[in-house]
Amino acid sequence: MNISITINGKAYDHDIEPRISLAQFLRENLDLTGTHIGCDTSGCGACTITLDGKAVKSCTLLAVQADGCEITTIEGMANGAQMHPIQEAFREHHGLQCGFCTPGMVMTAADILQSNPKPSEEDIRHGLEGNFCRCTGYHNIVKSIQHAAEKINT
Amino acid sequence: METFIGKPVKRREDARFLKGAGRYTDDIKLPKMTQAAFVRSPYAHAKILDVNIEDAQRGDGVVAVFTAQDGCGTFGVPCGWQVDFKNGETMREPQHPLLAKEKIKHVGEAVAIVIAETLEQARDAAELVKVDYEGLPAVTDPGKAMEPGAPLVHDQWSDNAAFDWCIGNDRTEVEAALASAHHVTEMEYRNQRLAPNAIEPRSYIADYDVNAGKWTLYTSTQNPHLIRLLLCAFVLGIPEHKVRVVSYDVGGGFGSKIYHYTEEALLTWASKEVGRPIKWTSDRSEAFLTDAHGRDHVVKSRMGFDKEGKIVAHLTDEYCAMGAYLSTFAPAVPTYLHGTLFQGVYTTPLIHLNVIAPFTHTVAVDAYRGAGRPEATYLLERMISKAAKEMDMDPAEIRFRNFIPPFDGVEQAGYQTQVALQYDSGNYEAVLKRGLEMLGYEDFRKSQIAARKNGKLLGVGISTYIEGCGIAPSAVVGSLGARAGLYEVGAVRVQPTGKVSVFTGSHSHGQGHETVFAQFVADKLGIAMDDVEIEHGDTDQVAFGMGTYGSRSLSVGGSAIIKSVEKILEKGAKIAAHKLEAAEEDLEYAEGKWTVKGTDKSISFGDVSLTAYVPHDYPEGLEPGLDFSSFYDPTNFTYPFGAHIAVVEVDSDTGRVVLKRFVACDDVGNVMNPMIVDGQIQGGVVQGIGQALLEEVIYDESGQMTSGSYMDYAMPRADDVPMIETDRTVTPCPHNPLGVKGAGEAGAIGSTPAVVNAVVDALSHLGVTDIQMPLSPQRVWKAMNNGR
Repeated sequence: MNISITINGKAYDHDIEPRISLAQFLRENLDLTGTHIGCDTSGCGACTITLDGKAVKSCTLLAVQADGCEITTIEGMANGAQMHPIQEAFREHHGLQCGFCTPGMVMTAADILQSNPKPSEEDIRHGLEGNFCRCTGYHNIVKSIQHAAEKINT
Repeated sequence: METFIGKPVKRREDARFLKGAGRYTDDIKLPKMTQAAFVRSPYAHAKILDVNIEDAQRGDGVVAVFTAQDGCGTFGVPCGWQVDFKNGETMREPQHPLLAKEKIKHVGEAVAIVIAETLEQARDAAELVKVDYEGLPAVTDPGKAMEPGAPLVHDQWSDNAAFDWCIGNDRTEVEAALASAHHVTEMEYRNQRLAPNAIEPRSYIADYDVNAGKWTLYTSTQNPHLIRLLLCAFVLGIPEHKVRVVSYDVGGGFGSKIYHYTEEALLTWASKEVGRPIKWTSDRSEAFLTDAHGRDHVVKSRMGFDKEGKIVAHLTDEYCAMGAYLSTFAPAVPTYLHGTLFQGVYTTPLIHLNVIAPFTHTVAVDAYRGAGRPEATYLLERMISKAAKEMDMDPAEIRFRNFIPPFDGVEQAGYQTQVALQYDSGNYEAVLKRGLEMLGYEDFRKSQIAARKNGKLLGVGISTYIEGCGIAPSAVVGSLGARAGLYEVGAVRVQPTGKVSVFTGSHSHGQGHETVFAQFVADKLGIAMDDVEIEHGDTDQVAFGMGTYGSRSLSVGGSAIIKSVEKILEKGAKIAAHKLEAAEEDLEYAEGKWTVKGTDKSISFGDVSLTAYVPHDYPEGLEPGLDFSSFYDPTNFTYPFGAHIAVVEVDSDTGRVVLKRFVACDDVGNVMNPMIVDGQIQGGVVQGIGQALLEEVIYDESGQMTSGSYMDYAMPRADDVPMIETDRTVTPCPHNPLGVKGAGEAGAIGSTPAVVNAVVDALSHLGVTDIQMPLSPQRVWKAMNNGR
């Protein structure tokens, strides 16, 4: 099937098998390997991207379902060498260890902060419940998002 | 001059991870690369009557299909640790085939591999492989596996025991002390089976270069050199110098990526057969079924106390599951990494542990974050808290009465335990005092009484743990059955311009070696951190290495690097003395230069480096160059310790446990980067909380795993846990150059019993004395309501 998607501001036209997941399409067809696959069942959140501004799990969405949509992946977060404030905050507050869940965490954080610019700790923890991190115990991820919120709001 | 040791230096690896530019194995694409899928058994125990691959071979895009009937059928992966029976009989070590031939021994065991142009084609064709099984009864519980008449995992032996083992004092002496003890506390429980669940699934690419006659294996491993050695010398019989193992970024390990897995060997073998690179990445279901699990001990224990609450004797019997085959380090986990920690932080004079390690129709059990030590700590810390309750003592007070007094390992000797080890240095009272202070223990007890009056179920739980890291020395572990040395390699190559490349056999999969190792190398050489680069994870670059597990990277790997740094400075001093026309003993080295004491005559590290590579005006007889490699074999383990305290509230209607606070005061010796140490502790604590409250791998009677997805296996999510309050005491390790002890596993070791102790404390007035982990609302509610 033919699909047209805008990813990180760039338009793509591809002919793909209908059964290919969006995550696979990003990784295999477009070499956007920052989107990770940790489970294939929406359980871990490593594949989180934003689709038309909302965080979604790209492993349980077919690429053809994203036809006509606008997508941002982790590769689209930084502005050239300038990292996004969320990325900066994760680095500043040690919000990552092995880095595998990190792209999904950053994309989810972007969604949390878009819908709620001043989230409480509870709001952040609730917003992150679809994303597993096995390294950090979430402590520094929550702190990173709190600091990112402050930075974005000032 | 800026120094870096002890400072929260931000991580240099973060930029690539945050931009999605990490290099995990599955991110790598090679030209002409094929994809593999496995045909795995749905049975736990079955005879393979027939495997028909004809339809699969004709599948779209299929390159090859292999079964145990092919050349790979003779190979098996080895076990790296031998623990013989107490009666002298050799450990029973079944062949662990790359593909099952006649019999299936656990659900998920591979029967065939299908290699195709694309992943979808490989998976489609795998479904066309027809396997005819005859199902047989299975046994998955380690206790039941030793009952008479239990189904045998390996027919060649009369029962399921892989080995049995004991440690400590004479059993009859311990029994006698228990018989005359003032009080005896007893427990029977299961330390449940866990799945490590690194979020990156295992992933491998094998690539055979026919012209060079060389293999490259890209693998998500914690120890690339060990994989190469096992793969070459013990599985395929291929020359080690013709194999390169590469492990760039690895998305978490927690033990599960230490082992040499069958898929690594099979892909390597098959890449030569098909003459093209082959990739396989596990999906999450396969990960649950085939990654080595952790824990799974069935425990029966008695601990005797005198009137004052001092432990007089401790006797435990355990059944510890091995799974269907012996994984790389499996036999060491419930023995030398477990029984040797039964002293805990207490002066217990008499200890005996007996272990029976049965095969079961399950995937293998091996080291998982803490490996044997969380199981030991859980037992000791639950027992002592239970005893305190039974003897009407405060759980902090009973610990203070039993602590080994402080010793620094320098002025005071190390502490000789009843279970073989000699602790390096410790101050257990200090760490608990600080933990109690952080919590506000006295005030909490008052608020707990008030809360109970209002019908709220609040509880506090304490755990004071010790663990052994950097397992060593090689000669000793060799005598205990290890089939490898446990040293580490660290090389320091000074470039002519004075820039420094460091090559370490340790492997980073989240721990931040690229930052921390550069911090202390920069400080020791008195140069900028930007002038130091850390290389790891490629056997063609790094001479050798034993890898990362057991919190050993800094204490063992870091020490090897320090040895090389010292050699650099020693040789540099000779060059400096020559250039400064002074005697070596008249020089001092500081801030990146050698200075003649008492003068302003000096030469910089950069100038000495250049001289070493342009040796025109040079000491006679000295070799050019500034490049050293060192092996460091520690003289002892290191022994971090700490006090963890949990506060919980239990919902009286539902039994749901809410963790209100978690306080961790740990002592990991000297600290290179406090930000990273705190991160390790926080992450470990939450993994331990996972075991206490949420996680369990369940196999049903027939050997099916009923917890094989993230819908069924509950791990801590962000809203299950509070912020983790951390602090430290510092008791340096006396026997390694940095004085470090290790922080990777501490969190997971200390936290589990603290949480369970807190829940039992919250419910003790309802007559609850123990609850089986994980403490699900259902189990807690049942315990509160007396099994109603």
